[in-house]
Amino acid sequence: MSVATEKLSPHRGDWRRVLSPTGNFGDAIFRILMTAVAFFVVAIVVGMILTLGADSLMSIRQFGFGFLTGQQWNPVRSEFGALPFIYGTLMSSLIALLISVPFSLGIAIFLVEQAPHYLAKPVGFLVELLAAIPSVVYGLWGIFVLAPFLRVYVEPPLARHLGWLPFFQGQITGIGLLTGGIILAIMVTPIISAVVRDVLSAVPGNQREAALALGATKWEMIRVVLVNGAPGIAGAVILGLGRALGETMAVTMVIGNRAEISSSLFAPSYTIASAIANEFTEATDALYLSALVELGLILFLVTFIVNGLARVLVWNVTRKTGGLTRTA
Amino acid sequence: MPLPKRSLHLIILVGLIAIAVTLAACNPNGTNHASSGPVALQGVGATFPNPLYQKWLSEYGKLNPNIKIDYQSQGSGAGIKQIQSQLVQFGASDSPMKDADLQAAPGEILHVPTVLGAVVITYNLNAVTQPLNFSPDVVAAIFLGKITKWNDARIAADNKSVTLPNADITVVHRSDGSGTSAVFTDYLSKISPEWKDKVGTGTSPSWPIGIGGKGNEGVTGQIKNTPNTIGYVELAYAVQNKLPVAKIKNASGSFIEPTIDSVTAAAAASAGTTPDDLRVSITNAQGADVYPISSYTYILVYKDQKDPVKGKALVDFLWWGIHDGEKYAKELQYAPLPADIVKRAEGKINSIVSQGKALR
Repeated sequence: MSVATEKLSPHRGDWRRVLSPTGNFGDAIFRILMTAVAFFVVAIVVGMILTLGADSLMSIRQFGFGFLTGQQWNPVRSEFGALPFIYGTLMSSLIALLISVPFSLGIAIFLVEQAPHYLAKPVGFLVELLAAIPSVVYGLWGIFVLAPFLRVYVEPPLARHLGWLPFFQGQITGIGLLTGGIILAIMVTPIISAVVRDVLSAVPGNQREAALALGATKWEMIRVVLVNGAPGIAGAVILGLGRALGETMAVTMVIGNRAEISSSLFAPSYTIASAIANEFTEATDALYLSALVELGLILFLVTFIVNGLARVLVWNVTRKTGGLTRTA
Repeated sequence: MPLPKRSLHLIILVGLIAIAVTLAACNPNGTNHASSGPVALQGVGATFPNPLYQKWLSEYGKLNPNIKIDYQSQGSGAGIKQIQSQLVQFGASDSPMKDADLQAAPGEILHVPTVLGAVVITYNLNAVTQPLNFSPDVVAAIFLGKITKWNDARIAADNKSVTLPNADITVVHRSDGSGTSAVFTDYLSKISPEWKDKVGTGTSPSWPIGIGGKGNEGVTGQIKNTPNTIGYVELAYAVQNKLPVAKIKNASGSFIEPTIDSVTAAAAASAGTTPDDLRVSITNAQGADVYPISSYTYILVYKDQKDPVKGKALVDFLWWGIHDGEKYAKELQYAPLPADIVKRAEGKINSIVSQGKALR
């Protein structure tokens, strides 16, 4: 633990030198440039929130907080409630993380701790390649391969053996919340595993040697490495979560796009991003458009809150373990 | 040490941003200010007629190389919005503009019909090879979730020679806002009071049941891959992909297959009741050989054109479209306008003026 805190101090010193230039002209320009770039990003975020807020004013005035709790989404009658979309977004991302986090940790541990060199490189490369596939391709693959597969081989046994749970009831079509969650899991796994792999390789070798020298088994040694990398791993999960919350095309193709809250994972659902992508082009009247923009604002806030919660979590873990400070 | 690497990344990033900003600053100046040369027209709107309009632009461009017309298929909503705010010379929409939208525009907007499209019912039933017949009330009951089994007596009554499976019906509808949904729900509202009351007409109605697919391809994908499904797509899409299509019982009581001719027939049959401004719904039209689920698609233009040069180019293009352009409709699976409606569209185009003078 103390190794990690010692490593921190020269790191901090370097930053201080950059932030307080020694009268060097180049340093000054560099500092101004960097400040401008940083504020540019802040300005974009603030600008986006302001624009979304301004354009959704009409809907906010009309529905107030009822927009967040309303379960009806009926453009024909100008009734707009966002709860089914919020539910669908959070649930599909939750399913995605539940599936992909164990997988990603497994991949990363294999690549860093166990794979022989001739395997680690190509497998790592293939995993990263998965991250580069466009999401519409995932979506089409979802419709033509994944959904029929789930409909025939996965969902019927789930309904047979776990049908007493409310999650696995109802009509089986292969299209729905579960399929959306699984597609998302496949999409975020390469991102999470690539970052976790880097985090684990950054854990100093002497930690491993120390664990082994104390008589730890390989499994116990890996636990030491995981605890050290915990903040970084949490950061990787946040990154994956961000992708899952905002993913549009692939989810739209397989989630069934139905604004209804159902306890069953087989039932069709809807995410905020999908709703915006689906309905924006043909939304003609002003209140409808405004409601869609407010959905965007809510997605922004949901992402913000979820990210914030995750960061608080990371901060807590870091304090407890005192592990490496690397957060991706 | 992580620091030097990090600042290196920042420098690269700054470099990229600088390049991007420079490019963005240079580009618009280079292309947009060429008003003295060729005439440039811009249109935005419906996605449904986009393949035809692109064909028109390329053919018309060959004949008139100094007129540059650009059409972006961003959806009917965008077409209406952008013609209202005068950002484009013409808009395009599958459904006619509402009275409130017309009043909100700064000038009088004309509807020029270009072609017709139809919505067909398609399904996935492994054992069934011949086209199914549907009565209007059965279609409504299926999409309302009232008929849930394929071997329901009401479906069987119209299909006596077909053995229908004892399976649950899965309804597939469009999830994206779409003129196709608007035409289909307009039809259902006309033939079923219950549909009109519960759901109504719209580009994104609140469907009582079923799963949503994005675009014609999404609906088709889900129908092809899921047994016992039923859904609706555009005629052109169904023909190109050789989907099974249902015959629908029309207002005169005969089961009609959706074809280009039966769609044009629907427009011809309702010509008598078509109002002056040509804003009309032709679903459930009377007539023996009429396919009941079809509609016009429109180009929206201002009656008073600000720029006489652009106005003249626009009027010539529209005139060419509803005459010479119609011959490209059939090969792309759109139904051409019937002769009466071409005459009336001519009247609309002839009424366009600029600075008090007629443009044709």
